[in-house]
Amino acid sequence: MAKILQPIAMNKCLGCLACMNVCSTVNQKNHSLNKSAIKVRTTGGITSEYIAVVCLGCRDNPACIEACPSAALKKRAGGGVLVDAEQCIGCRKCVPACIVRAINFDEETKKPIICRHCGVCARFCPHDCLQMIESEEAMVHA
Amino acid sequence: MLNEKYIKVLYIDLDTEKVRIERRHDLVSYLGGVGIASKLLLENLRPELEPSAPEQPIVFAIGSGAYIFPVLSKTVAMFVSPLTGELGESYAGGRLAMSMLMAGYDALVITGKSKRHSYLTVSSENVNIRDARAMWGLPLTESVRNIRDREHSDGRSAGKRSILCIGPGGENCVDYACVAVDVYRHFGRMGLGACMGGKNLKAIMVYGNRSIPILDQKAYFKAYQNIYKKCTTSGLMAKYHDLGTPVNILPLNKSGGLPTLNLQSGTFEHADAVSGEAFAQKNLVRKLSCSGCPVGCIHIGMYRREFDKGHEYEAISVAYDYELIFALGSFLGVKETDEILAIIEEVEEYGLDAMSVGVCLGWATEALERGLVTIDDTLTDLKFGNAEGYIQAIRYISKRKNEFYHALGKGCRYASGKYGGEDFAMQFAGNEMPGYHTGYGSVVGPAVGARHSHLCNGGYSLDQSMKEFDEDVMVEKLFLEECERCMTNSLVMCLFARKIYDRETILEALRSIGWSITDEDLTEIGKRIYQTKLQIKEALGFKQTEVKLPKRFFETPSMNGVLDEETAYRMIRKYVEKTDALMQESYD
Repeated sequence: MAKILQPIAMNKCLGCLACMNVCSTVNQKNHSLNKSAIKVRTTGGITSEYIAVVCLGCRDNPACIEACPSAALKKRAGGGVLVDAEQCIGCRKCVPACIVRAINFDEETKKPIICRHCGVCARFCPHDCLQMIESEEAMVHA
Repeated sequence: MLNEKYIKVLYIDLDTEKVRIERRHDLVSYLGGVGIASKLLLENLRPELEPSAPEQPIVFAIGSGAYIFPVLSKTVAMFVSPLTGELGESYAGGRLAMSMLMAGYDALVITGKSKRHSYLTVSSENVNIRDARAMWGLPLTESVRNIRDREHSDGRSAGKRSILCIGPGGENCVDYACVAVDVYRHFGRMGLGACMGGKNLKAIMVYGNRSIPILDQKAYFKAYQNIYKKCTTSGLMAKYHDLGTPVNILPLNKSGGLPTLNLQSGTFEHADAVSGEAFAQKNLVRKLSCSGCPVGCIHIGMYRREFDKGHEYEAISVAYDYELIFALGSFLGVKETDEILAIIEEVEEYGLDAMSVGVCLGWATEALERGLVTIDDTLTDLKFGNAEGYIQAIRYISKRKNEFYHALGKGCRYASGKYGGEDFAMQFAGNEMPGYHTGYGSVVGPAVGARHSHLCNGGYSLDQSMKEFDEDVMVEKLFLEECERCMTNSLVMCLFARKIYDRETILEALRSIGWSITDEDLTEIGKRIYQTKLQIKEALGFKQTEVKLPKRFFETPSMNGVLDEETAYRMIRKYVEKTDALMQESYD
């Protein structure tokens, strides 16, 4: 069964940003925080809680796929989408289509950065805030 | 600079409001961090002017490998210390190292004085000096909130900005005012806050989002994973996450090394009540990390404060650590965790160094007790255990309320020089003592350390690890450790991780990001940096042999018994022979 990434215990988050570093390292060969598909951030300074903004793994009718005019986004088994960069025309329509703002636009490559649920962030989360969950067990379904 | 063969320095002149960038190939032999900061301080300092003159530079630098390797999470600040009048050096965590890397600068050099009260923003796209007039006089957290709302407040930048800020103590140039980094972390020691205040600089915000390609992904990620694994599974870092640094209260108290009641004693009868265990049980509500550190040693404690009659309460959260519990707890006889947190909160909002202010208040308490000063000077009853009195005094110091508090704001060396009581003004060359009275290491270490901190050479740690005391061996170990930490601080690692980053690990990490470097190089870098620091001290007129230590160090038994004054001074002289010899060597 396919798994998807779920930030299920963000109450435990330390704000170390290891997840963002390994995401951009593994998926983009870059250290930039902007290239990470998962975005851990505060909601009002460091004294406030941490949240994770990341693809929720919509399954049936992902809004980003609907918005894509060039068929560059393909459904991923278990939920979420995969980006076919060859087909992407850089129109950015997927970015506002995602209502949880999980799609990042890479100004350097002119392509969207979308979580592919590879799970590397979860492997490097020291507090198990991020976990790979069986798709059927996941909390959010679209 | 990561991926480049130079160090990128941003110079900001507040007098002219001009900036310039220099790409310094020559600084690469200093590795980064404290190495490049020392060199930049030496180049830009003005020995002919007062330490607090606005022409004096403030230097911030990140290490090679900052943020991209676990626990290389700190930034070093170097400056002319208003407190000691010589080499100023302080470290802070938070998000600053990450933000500087993302903004694209290895070092910032700030000189001059802004025409009006200002704050500075440095990002990968711009540098601005902005109006902060309305923020002058505001407590720290309120100021930070203002800047957060004004700068890159689109939500997407949240968690990537770093904000440095001073409180009223820094604005009024209290000589040990601190700079808070992202509220919970600090450039605590030696008065960087006063340097910023003297430049009319309330705050600095750093933000960056540049692209930094990884040149050799395989090598880098392998090195990263090795270090990450050591941090999270080896057990070396566990205590820092669990109870945090306050885990040290009970063992130090048991062995008689916990400075108590202005070092009248090495044990505190209420140690159990203020232990790491007590804080964890009663107050701990959260743990946090600096960016790039998977450990999470920042402990946030909460207490309930009644702000009005009629069951009117608020919840106050502040970060606590061992050194704060020592300085504002055992040293002042304060015996409730809630009271210690209340004092910490005041120190935070007014922006003072918790260690210096605690030790200064310890001296002031005894000076009042002995009649060297009167209540007309102190304006409040400074008595061991009286938290309310200390809270008042912290405000008075920050506001430089009267002649007495003005003097106390210059440190306990100065205040005791004016009012008497030098024998119990617990400082090393002007820097107030840290929380260890463990033996010769805890006295000679900070006395000879470049910045007179326990962290220069870890003398307090030697006291605990050396099975049999031998003064020559200890002097040798202090010297070698000082050199070694010059090198490790050029990576600006968190010192908690010093056991993780052995030489082999450092070499693997640096090589994976393109450095061709050997073990011998690392040794040489350490010596080169130490030499540079000694040059700074010499230029600023510091003479090690003239340092006078308060008698109480040699009266109150340490963890290793009563210390002999003559032995300590003899060790200092032997140490000076080593630094003199180092100055004759060539590491240019």
